Amino acid sequence: MSTQDKLRPGAARKPATSPARLRSRHLLSIADLTPDEILLILDTAQAMKEIGTRPIKKVPTLRGKTVVNLFFEPSTRTRTSFEIAEKRLSADALNVAALTSSVVKGESLTDTARNLESMAPDMIVLRHGSSGACHLLADVGSSRIINAGDGMHEHPTQALLDALTILEHKSSIAGLKVAIIGDLAHSRVLRSNALLLNALGADVWVSGPSTMMPCGIHRFGVTATTSVDEAVTEADVVMMLRIQLERMRGHFFPSRREYFSLFGLTRERLRLAKHDAIVMHPGPLNRGVEIASDVADGPDSVILEQVSNGVAVRMAVLYLLAGTEEGTA
Amino acid sequence: MPTVMEADRIGRALMRISHEIVERNRSIDALALVGIRTRGVPIAERIAGNVEEIVGRLIPTGALDITLYRDDLMRHTVGPQPVLRETAIPFSIDDRRILLVDDVLYTGRTVRAALDALVDFGRPESIQLVVLVDRGHRELPIKADYVGKNLPTSLAQSVQVTLVEIDGTDAVKVLEGALT
Amino acid sequence: MRATKPQSIAPDAVVLKGGRVVDPMHSRDGTFDVRIEHGRVAQVGKDLPVDAARVVDVPPHIVVCPGLIDLHVHLREPGQEHKETVATGVQAAVAGGFVGVVCMPNTVPVNDHAGVTELILKRAAEAGLSRVYPVGAVSIGSKGEQLAEIGELQKAGCVAISDDGHPVADSLLMRRALEYASMFDIPVINHCEDPSLKADGSAHEGYHAAVLGLRGIPGASESIMVERDVSLSELTGGHVHIAHMSARGSLRAVRSGKERGIGVTCEVTPHHFILTDEQLSYDTNFKMNPPLREDADRDAMLDGLVDGSIDVIATDHAPHHVDEKSVDFDTAPFGIVGLETAVSLVLDRLLHGGVLTLSRIIELLAVNPARVLGLTGGGLTVGAPADITLLAPDLTVEVAAASFRSKSRNTPFDGWTLRGAVAATMIEGRTVYVNDNVDGAAAFGDQLAR
Repeated sequence: MSTQDKLRPGAARKPATSPARLRSRHLLSIADLTPDEILLILDTAQAMKEIGTRPIKKVPTLRGKTVVNLFFEPSTRTRTSFEIAEKRLSADALNVAALTSSVVKGESLTDTARNLESMAPDMIVLRHGSSGACHLLADVGSSRIINAGDGMHEHPTQALLDALTILEHKSSIAGLKVAIIGDLAHSRVLRSNALLLNALGADVWVSGPSTMMPCGIHRFGVTATTSVDEAVTEADVVMMLRIQLERMRGHFFPSRREYFSLFGLTRERLRLAKHDAIVMHPGPLNRGVEIASDVADGPDSVILEQVSNGVAVRMAVLYLLAGTEEGTA
Repeated sequence: MPTVMEADRIGRALMRISHEIVERNRSIDALALVGIRTRGVPIAERIAGNVEEIVGRLIPTGALDITLYRDDLMRHTVGPQPVLRETAIPFSIDDRRILLVDDVLYTGRTVRAALDALVDFGRPESIQLVVLVDRGHRELPIKADYVGKNLPTSLAQSVQVTLVEIDGTDAVKVLEGALT
Repeated sequence: MRATKPQSIAPDAVVLKGGRVVDPMHSRDGTFDVRIEHGRVAQVGKDLPVDAARVVDVPPHIVVCPGLIDLHVHLREPGQEHKETVATGVQAAVAGGFVGVVCMPNTVPVNDHAGVTELILKRAAEAGLSRVYPVGAVSIGSKGEQLAEIGELQKAGCVAISDDGHPVADSLLMRRALEYASMFDIPVINHCEDPSLKADGSAHEGYHAAVLGLRGIPGASESIMVERDVSLSELTGGHVHIAHMSARGSLRAVRSGKERGIGVTCEVTPHHFILTDEQLSYDTNFKMNPPLREDADRDAMLDGLVDGSIDVIATDHAPHHVDEKSVDFDTAPFGIVGLETAVSLVLDRLLHGGVLTLSRIIELLAVNPARVLGLTGGGLTVGAPADITLLAPDLTVEVAAASFRSKSRNTPFDGWTLRGAVAATMIEGRTVYVNDNVDGAAAFGDQLAR
């Protein structure tokens, strides 16, 4: 059964009559998407998946379109994923890895963007260390902007590929208990996922050390607890967030050892979840810090599927945005 | 609304086509049906069913979504984009004689897109075109090999095909004005 | 609208006749005449003689007040003249109704020696508009390590010391600064902020910053240092003035200190009693330090204005060039301009909002600023220079950043419609600014500055 059929059980194989369009010409945050738009992206991604199974993994849809991958933070995983997606759609992908130093950061972004304008890229995929960087870029130029991660704010395509992965294992997102665990305060993956999962009706629990609990977390529409066991109990999905080990300098937690024992996902801890729970992680993994190796590599882990779904989701986003009107906001 | 074909006639036309296919293709084994989404798919499935009735063998059937190959996709940004649906061709098309199936043949651009897509899947021995209705007004040099009904229309008209599997009834109608 | 640089000697005598005069220092709020001679206030009373004097009939929609004084501005000269200069800063000041501004030492180089103080005063004299009162640094380079030559600075003209831009983080240094400064009867103005709690935050630590993914600065980072400074003021007997207060915890500490008779004073900016973190977005015109805080903090500031715990309204006018602010939120410098919006914001929100009387507002903008720093002014005192601000409390204005006299445009209030404006500004009897949009304001200009 396709994603689409799962989400609209009554529709069978009737073609959708609602127009396939995103209202905004940018994808800056999940917060800007309606549940219908989220479903549209997921449906389209589902269809895009098949292209990766063909002998010639290419369609001519974005032929002649230029997409610039403007990455101010190093990221092999996300950047390659976007690049593959762009190439599968026959777009011309340009990778610009801009150096960041805290002094030059702000200048580089707007100046680089203005320089890019001369190439008239159709789309810019931006990853930057400052929250709101993609909003700044959206105001500066005329290209469509896709947020590939801005500071601590959002990582929309990650949440979308997470949702697609969940739907491949669960019949629907509504009503699922999803536990998200880790450095919540600094995580853009958390914010995007909390928004998306709430929009689709999941019961979202979050857990992490109190030093890493965002201010006002209860207003995010999630249940927050410092007890990981409580969050994981009877969960359908357990999503582990990456701990940046540099956090130890901000006195957030004393050591990897203690973090792992209190918050790490081990086999025993996973037993508290439902027997058919799936384990997710946006990557890259810190084995033995947030997740035990045997869990990461175990039968419940869908981590590698997340990666392949990433390409499909990004293809869907590129395709749908490329079709948006020039003048739309 | 002038109905030019009701369920009965559609059924007979498809059965005739199925016989023609068997007649003209000595080797059934090399055949495969690929229906163009959306309504080409149930038509292809019906033909496969008919052929099985006739010669006792089931021709493999696949579904092809040509949205990503359309030549008008990124050109106009007015009007909604069609929804992208999955392509499912669960067999190799190399060295096969492909029967490409669609409900209505009009400008020929859909078929052109389908040919482009198929070429990305492999190298078939040949591709033949099966359509339920040919309404004329070709914009490209494309011809159907099997036609259910030739239906001359004016450019101001549109042809609406409904099928039980998707719309609940079988009918071919000619309407004044564009399809909404 | 124009700011006039006086070309001629003021006439011998002028009588501002029949206007509403609000002068809380002398307990006046009513219809009075004001007689000015040789640039000084000669007489304030009813039906004053008009012999040998030019008479200006004050229209009913204009209120005569003592000149306003802004206790906290950044004039950026020397060293950052692309943002503002003394000359453009005082142009903005008189347009905002301010006859005097107190400028902070975080220039380049820092005002930590007499040479810089003298430069600032020289530029102010050349401009010939608002009086400029420089604040000297507490420590050399404001690095917080070694005391600056405070005696020299005071002799050169500094009216207070501060390391504004930075807190005086080291408690021993703050203690010594308070003790030392008290010899010269000048206060230490502290930008209260615990550096380790502030860390690399850029917005108030709260739900709104969390949603936007911005690192937070908790209110406690300000209030714990205010509490410290109140204790140090008690210990040393020195006068500490809390700059740009924003957190309710800070107000509690100041109130408690005042109740115990400790020499602590404080100021609040208009944006801290009007805006909150709910207005936060990635617009860098909402980025300042201290940041916009929660409703409860904003409400506490209003309470403090009402009950008198807050002494002064000051703008913390912090100009930044448009290029510097057109970057991502994290990288953008903190600060907004304030000289040209303060009066309208105060009149609209506090007077027309029913929070304060005009008399109390003049205390906050004139009487108390003068008292806190021991400056002349704050009231229409006989014999004092005729520094007068004429207000048009009922005029509706639309804030237009593009027309600011300041070199910079970084304000969150652009486009706001406010009720209340400055009609004219007079310094030593010379009209230095007239608001052409106010009916009858021209009379103050034409007849006086000849």
